[in-house]
Amino acid sequence: MPSIRQNAYPDVLPDFRNLAVMARVLVAMNALALVGAFYATSALAPALERFMYAAAFLEPLLLVELIVLFAASALLARLPYWLGCLAVVAIATAIAAAYHGVVRAFVGEALPSLPRTLAITVLAAASLLAYFHLHTKAFSPALAEARLQALQARIRPHFLFNSLNAVLALIRRDPKRAERSLEDLADLFRTLMADARQFVRLADEIALLERYAEIEQLRLGDRLRITWELDAAPSDALLPPMVLQPLLENAVYHGVEPGTGAGDVLVRIERHGDRVYAAIENPYLEAGGQRAGNRMALENIRERLALFFDAEARLETRIGNGRYRVDIEIPYRRT
Amino acid sequence: MIRVFIADDEAPARERLRELLQDIGTEVPNIVAGEAKNGIEALERLPASAAQVLLLDIRMPGMDGLELARHVAGMENAPAVVFVTAHDKHAIEAFELSALDYLLKPVRAERLAAALKKAAAGGAPPRESLERAAGAPREYLSVAERHRIVLVPVKDIVFLRAEQKYVTVRTREREHLIEESLVALEREFSGPFVRIHRNCLVARAAIRGFERTGGGDEEAHWQVVLDGIAERLPVSRRQWPAVRELVADK
Repeated sequence: MPSIRQNAYPDVLPDFRNLAVMARVLVAMNALALVGAFYATSALAPALERFMYAAAFLEPLLLVELIVLFAASALLARLPYWLGCLAVVAIATAIAAAYHGVVRAFVGEALPSLPRTLAITVLAAASLLAYFHLHTKAFSPALAEARLQALQARIRPHFLFNSLNAVLALIRRDPKRAERSLEDLADLFRTLMADARQFVRLADEIALLERYAEIEQLRLGDRLRITWELDAAPSDALLPPMVLQPLLENAVYHGVEPGTGAGDVLVRIERHGDRVYAAIENPYLEAGGQRAGNRMALENIRERLALFFDAEARLETRIGNGRYRVDIEIPYRRT
Repeated sequence: MIRVFIADDEAPARERLRELLQDIGTEVPNIVAGEAKNGIEALERLPASAAQVLLLDIRMPGMDGLELARHVAGMENAPAVVFVTAHDKHAIEAFELSALDYLLKPVRAERLAAALKKAAAGGAPPRESLERAAGAPREYLSVAERHRIVLVPVKDIVFLRAEQKYVTVRTREREHLIEESLVALEREFSGPFVRIHRNCLVARAAIRGFERTGGGDEEAHWQVVLDGIAERLPVSRRQWPAVRELVADK
């Protein structure tokens, strides 16, 4: 029965290329070492000293582990979840064993025994994996929710009915253009109804933006002027679906439609190093009572960016010089 | 022949309505008497068009359909109004409650024909229904002159003063007479305006200060000193405590 499973979040390994994941691993392991140190000695000074010794041993090991996992993450992600977990534990243990051997050659007997080190490594790796598993689980209702919200909020009924109305007006005068507009609408809705949990390529998201813009142009004519600055956009970059389209829709809905004159909208997407930057800018009109819907859409996007990129994504809005601007920054990921 | 005026900010939407009006021409003879792409333009063109029915989009730049309808209602030979909307839950609920006619976009020919017939027979919608449906204060007051409607932005108004049958609308530049009741105006604009006297509402933003006058045999009272207008307005003894408090909050 696929209908029951359709909202379940598939079990996946943590993304070892994500800075936030690395940070969590480092913090958790050091906290563990600190607790261990206090457990062994109750006085503060010797406990801290013990922790320093432990950290001196632990930190290089952790870094090596993280680097190896970073490098192997693409391979690991291809394995079935449980096999992936086993592989991660195996990698962690193997590295720990090798590291133990190397360090032992320098410091000799002062080190904890090999079996003890390996046992702790296995336990720690398994606990961390369990933690990330729970973390994903905890977010999965939010993800399902976000998807639902997205369905309702991403394309406004206002836009749908007005577009259909505009297409109806075209049918007699320009049947060819009417056909194209219906195809554009179909594409928009296909994306809208697609699985919102999968990454899409930036090139596809841009194509969607252009389809959407085409329809709005039909409705608004000269009132809508969009400048596209996409030359430096990395078409192979990955991002969550429907992140940019709602922003462009907001720009039109709040910045162009309520104005009596023409409105200039700017869409700029570019890559600098391993970051992708997107900016959408529109005239800031102070007609009251419109910002509530906008904020909801922004929250929705912010939430989804966080679900996909954790702390590595950023969304900011700015008002200045009569313009309203949304900036998005995400890590540059490729297929 | 029903004279129809179309107000919608989207060109394809106006085109669609024109087509439909033509389609139902044999059943409901009609002619397009005028078109406008926003509220202000509609108010400029409506009086000369002698339209009997106004097909009015709700969401329009400049001035929305609901406010436009309230100004139109003050016209001599005001047209009947049929609201047209793609999707506006609140407006639709308000229309249902106030028994105002509306059509949903995309509009069907049969529904348009029915609405047109009904509107032409029914005449202009009552002001109170429009007021109730709008639910928000207007941004303009309108003065119906013979061949045009003059709009006075509410934010430009310094004070409103009731004279026998009319209310004087005073801006820094000039004054207008409108046929509305001061009580209704006070209710609508209770935020930006404050009552200082039985017959007078003053824009809070325009109050510069107060002055005490009289004394001697004449009874002393307070007067409002206004921004940009030399005239002083008396504050009645009854309103003084409330006025002083309201303005202190400013």
